[in-house]
Amino acid sequence: MVRLNLLLLAVLVGCALSLVTSRHQARKLFVELERERAATRGYETEYGQLQLEQSTWAMPARTEKIAREQLKMQMPGPGRVEIVPAGSPR
Amino acid sequence: MRLAATGANGTRARAAASPSPLPRARAALLFASIVLLFAGLIGRSLYLQWIDNEFLQEQGSSRYSREIELPAHRGRIVDRYGEALAISTPVKSIWAFPAKVEATPEQLAALARLLETSPQALAKRLADAGDFIFLARQVPPEVADRIARLAIKGVNDQNEYRRFYPAGETMSHVLGFTGDRDAGQEGIELAQQEWLGGKPGSRRVIINRRGDAVEDVAAIRAPQAGRDLALAIDTRLQYLAFRELKAAVEANKAKAGGLVILDAESGEILALANWPTYNPNARNKVAREKMRNRALTDVFEPGSTMKPFAIAAALDVGKVRPDTIVQTAPGTMTIGGRTIHDAHANGALTVEQVIQKSSNVGAAKIALSLPSETMWKMLAESGFGTPPKTGFPGEVAGRLRPAKTWKPIEQATMAYGHGLSVNLVQLARAYTVFATDGELKPATLFKAGAPVAGRPVVKPETARAVRRMLEMAVQAGGTAPRAQVPGYRVGGKTGTAHKLEGRGYTNKYVSSFVGFAPVSQPRLVVAVMLDEPSAGQHYGGTVAAPVFSTVMGGALRMLGVPTDAPVGNVILPPPGAEIREET
Repeated sequence: MVRLNLLLLAVLVGCALSLVTSRHQARKLFVELERERAATRGYETEYGQLQLEQSTWAMPARTEKIAREQLKMQMPGPGRVEIVPAGSPR
Repeated sequence: MRLAATGANGTRARAAASPSPLPRARAALLFASIVLLFAGLIGRSLYLQWIDNEFLQEQGSSRYSREIELPAHRGRIVDRYGEALAISTPVKSIWAFPAKVEATPEQLAALARLLETSPQALAKRLADAGDFIFLARQVPPEVADRIARLAIKGVNDQNEYRRFYPAGETMSHVLGFTGDRDAGQEGIELAQQEWLGGKPGSRRVIINRRGDAVEDVAAIRAPQAGRDLALAIDTRLQYLAFRELKAAVEANKAKAGGLVILDAESGEILALANWPTYNPNARNKVAREKMRNRALTDVFEPGSTMKPFAIAAALDVGKVRPDTIVQTAPGTMTIGGRTIHDAHANGALTVEQVIQKSSNVGAAKIALSLPSETMWKMLAESGFGTPPKTGFPGEVAGRLRPAKTWKPIEQATMAYGHGLSVNLVQLARAYTVFATDGELKPATLFKAGAPVAGRPVVKPETARAVRRMLEMAVQAGGTAPRAQVPGYRVGGKTGTAHKLEGRGYTNKYVSSFVGFAPVSQPRLVVAVMLDEPSAGQHYGGTVAAPVFSTVMGGALRMLGVPTDAPVGNVILPPPGAEIREET
């Protein structure tokens, strides 16, 4: 009877310790998860900002300004346009 | 109870033993009052435990748990190719309780530097403020983080979203903008709030001593992000339209202007530009006046751009044929005491020439040959007098009175676009009847997934005949040779209407042009309107037609539409020989 009680006590202590460690593990993993979630939010924010930036850089108004002012480009006049009909050999 | 009983026994024992015993009544009274006190305590604790437990539970849980809001961002608005037109990004607002701010001079100086102000100005703002003050609204997250790292007591931040519009002033009227808490306030942002807006979620967590979450308790209410919305707008065409409209308004010293590009096959609005405009990213001091989307919310009397509808009504019921002769001499016509004028007398004209030369008398005569019901039906079925239902809030219907109330003079003036009012999108949309084989397409601001069925208004032969007349109107001999586009056959009609102010017509004008191209298989409908051009020219053919030509040419080229005419097709009449029209 005493031996059985000692055995059960040992099992109880073992269970209690494993509960403590698993709780601890869970906390640690949760903290890690939180950190990753924060990182996700950070990346989402950055993605939004990058989209905005891309869109801003790609606006036709800016493209045209650079083409005209920096690259000195201009629209060809009607006399300098040749139209190749669809299906012609050229 | 047992304790109380023992106490009572003890008292009784002591009372028996002592020489001067307490009166029995006093002991009983004492006992009763102690019992009552205990009962009160037990009652109170039961009450707090079971009935009024809210306050204490809240206090308890606030010691170890916290509700965290999960933000949901607003959906993007994109153009037909997925280019972003409106994006929300997280920003932070810095606020403070001035009474609780404890900062060293160095901290204050650092904060002032981050807020781009001077320490003195900052100190003054804090001193002047009441209980609560926003030190800065919508600062970038990096700046907010650096402010948080200063760890000044009493200075806090909160998460917000800010909406950015990369296209700026070119598209502000269509998109509108958002107000407080990123909710739609104008334009598409307002109309599509339900679709774009997100629903924030929340979660309850257990926190540790430092305030970090350590465990989730209860279920998480997941945030619902707003959905993206694809518009029919093509950013490149929109820019082209805006640029040319702006140039034309400035060159002609006009008060305002509008330009609409419709896809003739689907009715989608590919571009919708207005002037004056505003920058939605910095709209603090913008007058409401500039925020109006005039192309949809303002009406005007269209003038001669309405003539094709009267002619089409007559052609469709077989009253006239394109080569029927109409006598317009002597260039005036009197009905019910009022006289209709042509800009110059033309003599006998065919129905085709009535459109080509834009004869008021000719159009009025043809209109008067019709029952008023027939003409009303044509106009109503072309979408006049009903809002165009583009999905924009506050669009107007324009005015088209019921046929029963028309007097003959009114029916005559309506043939050349007076006595009724339209908005620019309605006008452009109505021209899809001639750009297609007689079908009115629904005008929409949203990208159409599948081909759109129109509603038949006139017979295909009628539509084709009117299309031919409209092509004649832009060729040499017509009213709008300047609307021609190199490489493409175009068709269209000018309008030059006197403005109605108060009770009479003034010498101010609305100049317009509506047309489509390529005539062999129309792809686009473009409508241009300039309000009060006052730089010497006011005819639709000289003011609005050149804008149409540039925009239509550029748009067809950008869309890669095959040409249907040789490049040298543009023939302008010699100077001074241009045909002009009024109304």
